[in-house]
Amino acid sequence: MVLLGLILMPLVAALVAAVTPSARVRPLIVAGTALLHLAGALTVRSGDSMFGGWFLADALGRLILLVVSVLFTLCALYGVGYLRVRKERSNLVFCVCLLTFLSMTTAITLAQHLAVVWVAVEGATLSTAVLIYFNHNARSLEAAWKYLMIGSVGIALALLGSLFVAYAALHGASGDESLLFSALLEHGTALSRPWLRAGFVLLVVGYGTKMGLAPMHTWKPDAYGEAPGIIGALLAGGMTNCAFLALLRVYRVMQAAGEGAFARELFLGFGLLSMAVAAAFMAGQRDFKRMLAYSSVEHMGILVIGIGVGGIAIVGALLHVINNALTKVVLFLSAGNIHRAYGSKSIDKVSGALRRVPVSGALFLAGFLAITGSPPFGPFISEFTILSGAMSGRHFVVAALFLIFLVVIFIGMGATVLAVVQGPVSPAGDTTDFRDTFWRVAPMLAALTMVLVMGIWIPDGVYGMVLAAAKMLEGAS
Amino acid sequence: MREIASSILILAVTMNFLALGSSNLKACIRAAALQGFFVSVFPLFFSPEPTARLVGLVIVAGVVKAFVIPGMLIRALREVHIQHEMEPYLGLVPSVLLLAVGTGAAALFAGRLPLMSSHRDLLVVPVALATLFAGFLLLTTRRKAISQVTGYLILENGIFVFAQLLHEAMPTLVEVGVLLDLLVGIFVMGIVMNHIQREFGSLDTDRLSELRD
Repeated sequence: MVLLGLILMPLVAALVAAVTPSARVRPLIVAGTALLHLAGALTVRSGDSMFGGWFLADALGRLILLVVSVLFTLCALYGVGYLRVRKERSNLVFCVCLLTFLSMTTAITLAQHLAVVWVAVEGATLSTAVLIYFNHNARSLEAAWKYLMIGSVGIALALLGSLFVAYAALHGASGDESLLFSALLEHGTALSRPWLRAGFVLLVVGYGTKMGLAPMHTWKPDAYGEAPGIIGALLAGGMTNCAFLALLRVYRVMQAAGEGAFARELFLGFGLLSMAVAAAFMAGQRDFKRMLAYSSVEHMGILVIGIGVGGIAIVGALLHVINNALTKVVLFLSAGNIHRAYGSKSIDKVSGALRRVPVSGALFLAGFLAITGSPPFGPFISEFTILSGAMSGRHFVVAALFLIFLVVIFIGMGATVLAVVQGPVSPAGDTTDFRDTFWRVAPMLAALTMVLVMGIWIPDGVYGMVLAAAKMLEGAS
Repeated sequence: MREIASSILILAVTMNFLALGSSNLKACIRAAALQGFFVSVFPLFFSPEPTARLVGLVIVAGVVKAFVIPGMLIRALREVHIQHEMEPYLGLVPSVLLLAVGTGAAALFAGRLPLMSSHRDLLVVPVALATLFAGFLLLTTRRKAISQVTGYLILENGIFVFAQLLHEAMPTLVEVGVLLDLLVGIFVMGIVMNHIQREFGSLDTDRLSELRD
């Protein structure tokens, strides 16, 4: 019942928002739905299922579900204040699409069927394409078009990959043609390996496009650069993690079929390439929202490297899912505030954010320190765990490259962030009357607090959930 | 029946070359529409005993792939008065050559994938992969939004052909998956195309090049 409610309630709320005439009330509907969703998500227990196991909350899905729910709640609360500033634009479509996005991402986390996962990813993609176009100008149109074209090809390849996996099951002649993950896992070794391998590659490319792994990341800088900060946060912490979850579910099937090593090599390759691309493009980046997009490419790379390395690094990767999502809330929302305050997102025009919008500026700086892995923030723990996993697994080349990329990215990102927050307030800062208010900064403060807690003392409940999820990914091969 | 099915697949592959080789956008869309027709009727000859359900799929797929979507694209074409794909990123001759190489590579790769005995004498996998590649080429090497959407249409045709291998075992999955993707994808692209045209007064995606590093 809870599961059905979590998926349907946002859709019902979307309908209500669609017929609500007041632009002031609609964001409140979104925020209220988010809080209800969070309350519901907290009551979900591992093993809850519906529709004969097509939807089931396992440890892995529950972890991502909670991350998405917390993230969405923080963004929705911020959205109330944000949409009040953006009165010039109708927020009707925006609110409806936000709620659809919540429903679709929830469905991804709970779906246990290859095809259902795919349909939900498609739904989430289409609703975000509309959200990216919120500003209705030439630049956001370009970003939305690229997102749609690249995303559609990605989703088409993921469909073909799913069909390949289905054929692997059919050819394996197990007599059971179910595409439920439980059935695929059970028949693991009976699956036709050439088809499974080809299907997995297609799925990695397809869902990797949604995650924004290099070289399929090219939509990301445009989308994150042009979409409102709140959408950037939802994409970077929500959509990408859901696509990662889809990959993890297929990875388990690969493991069951004895193809785990092949999958891990592929993950390591894409992961290192993503970090390298992020390092190269982060240096000298003058647009601080595009810079955050490359940071997202980097962290998606870190996630798949963690899985590719295996062992304790899996725990690190899953912790990083949480840390990355929460830190991205801080970074994207504060970047959005700074963008609003200056009317520009180029460091040529923006400086002195610490003076102009002190809280947002400070949060942007703190978010930068957190995401680059500085103690005492959460990402330090998760990145360190992945690194030690790489060392103990004797992946020395991976570990060395990982460290080098982290350092290069720290320097590259630092130059841009410091240019934004330090110095005297640039003239562009006087052109708007945007100020930090409670609702514009409180969600970020909450997220930063959680990131800090994750770095100092991980709550038992969270750690237990991460360990249970990691256990699902530790296979024999 | 099997011979007819094979001939239909070969006709579908020829449409790839027509779509990529024509400088006239309308001809390109027509080739895609004709291909949509071929791949839609293919299941009738491929399946040992066509069921009512299969006939339903054929009719819906045929209407959508051969008439509705191409019709939408041709109407969009008429509204913006463009006839030719001027200066594609990759010339017509090189792209046809590349497609020939890709079609060969698809055949080679498909040979490495084991097939069930009932699927062995057919060209389904190489044709599906070659068509996928053709769609991908159109998507990446053309400037006009309409050409890109046509490329997406062809890419989906390739997936549709492959999906027929699974239709007997998992009919619902195949039907829902392919048609939903196509309909919704093209629908949203149509809306965005409309916006592009209003914003820029043209459907040339070259105008969409402000965002870069």
